[in-house]
Amino acid sequence: MRNKEEMREYVEKDAEENDYYLCPDDDLLEDLIEGLVENEKRYGYPSCPCREASGTKTYDSDITCPCEYRDADVEEFGMCYCGLFVSKEVNEDPSKLGPIPERRPDEVIKAAEEAKGKGYDKKVVSEAPSVEEDIEVWRCTVCGYLAARDTPPPVCPICKAKAEKFEKFKGFS
Amino acid sequence: MNSTTKVEGSNDERDVKVFTISTCGWCKKVKKMLKEMDVEYHYVDIDQLEGEESKRIKEELEDYNPKKSCPTMVIDDGEHVIIGYKEEEIKEVLGDEE
Repeated sequence: MRNKEEMREYVEKDAEENDYYLCPDDDLLEDLIEGLVENEKRYGYPSCPCREASGTKTYDSDITCPCEYRDADVEEFGMCYCGLFVSKEVNEDPSKLGPIPERRPDEVIKAAEEAKGKGYDKKVVSEAPSVEEDIEVWRCTVCGYLAARDTPPPVCPICKAKAEKFEKFKGFS
Repeated sequence: MNSTTKVEGSNDERDVKVFTISTCGWCKKVKKMLKEMDVEYHYVDIDQLEGEESKRIKEELEDYNPKKSCPTMVIDDGEHVIIGYKEEEIKEVLGDEE
């Protein structure tokens, strides 16, 4: 279990590696980091502080920070759902921080809700919803890093190459 | 069992209920804003509920906000529903009560 300082280091490092910024509203940033610490204490993993966790890891993996929806949300709205990670633009103008729509699909929310309190077992795993059936895979042409997501990452987390250095990965031939 | 908490305020003309998540920073902002506006309100942390009560309160929230996202503020039994920390909208609806 990480304490607040360790959690801060974790998100700072993640922001830096992905070319994001942390929430420019200091009070909100404090609350969000505290929320992550609390959730890790409660569930064993840092589930999104602004979403209801099921407490069953399989069902919360998509909302465990950094969540699966972050990259698409920062790209479209300049911030992730809870506002922990923001774009350069929002970092420079915090007035742009505000509520954004929930990208997590309804059927996933419903499945997670039904799993709440049931604990972890094999049956639950086999019923776990797949949210990335048709997801693209992007290959960094500089270092070969593969990323499964809708759009190429803004920066390669390994070699720091920019998004334009990524191409669609068609599989091994 | 009743997990709804009442916060006193002198501005009590409207019935204000907020669905919140205990760890959510935006929910804290809404609570803080209502406190500063001295609005009387009730809140319920939906992540802290269990069993029948959880089911009942989630269904109530779903009626107002199908995504069940928090904060969701319900004023006068749904006359106004404000989803998310929308400062201007909250001020507009609750600010000029005389």
